[in-house]
Amino acid sequence: MKEVKKQGGLNAEIQSRIGHQLRAMYDDVVRQGVPDRFAELIRKLDGPEAATATQAGGDTDKNNGGN
Amino acid sequence: MPLTDSLRDDILASVPSLRAFAISLSGNGDRADDLVQETLLRAIANIDSFQPGSNLPAWLFTILRNLFRSDYRKRRREVEDAEGNYAKTLKTQPAQNAHLEFEEFRAALEKLPQDQREALILVGASGFSYEDAAAICGCAVGTIKSRVNRARSKLSALLYVDGAEDFGPDNTVRAVIGGNGG
Repeated sequence: MKEVKKQGGLNAEIQSRIGHQLRAMYDDVVRQGVPDRFAELIRKLDGPEAATATQAGGDTDKNNGGN
Repeated sequence: MPLTDSLRDDILASVPSLRAFAISLSGNGDRADDLVQETLLRAIANIDSFQPGSNLPAWLFTILRNLFRSDYRKRRREVEDAEGNYAKTLKTQPAQNAHLEFEEFRAALEKLPQDQREALILVGASGFSYEDAAAICGCAVGTIKSRVNRARSKLSALLYVDGAEDFGPDNTVRAVIGGNGG
């Protein structure tokens, strides 16, 4: 693969254009925010601890012999 | 760490940049959203392995990146997606010149080797430090730096190969970008 000819001369102006374009492309998507489907998904999904929490629900571990 | 409401909020807050990352990686809006969805499912299922106080976006990006990698290996770019697929995901259609410039840039980005593309996006667009980007990609910081540098020079060769000395009249990129001052 051929490398850029003026590798050393990658000037700051071009680099700043590239950076600008890259961020413009990216930020265009970021600005769309959170699509509803993802907001819903995150709201309703249970983490792994939910399963164990429901199991443990009935029998809270009281230290026995609490007189 | 348990899935508290505030953790849910933090995950939610990362979704826009996860999508942007996924789209930049895959060049395809639909596939990107599938990647994001899968990332969220995995993240929440494995939330126990998230260290409280550590970098949540970096953790989520790592999951997404790994998913993309394994998915990519499977599919091997079966479809060079029709042009404009990416653009369709955008709410605001850029003006004509800007659009051209944008397509040119996107096409150039897609020509980069994947390692370089992801490094450039993580550092140059997502705003991760070199250290975080290295952690996300599972490589050394020096490797990330050199990938970013190579990505930049390759992009500049692809987009501005004549440009450094001689901007031809057909180089809309220059005209458009030149006009963004304030």
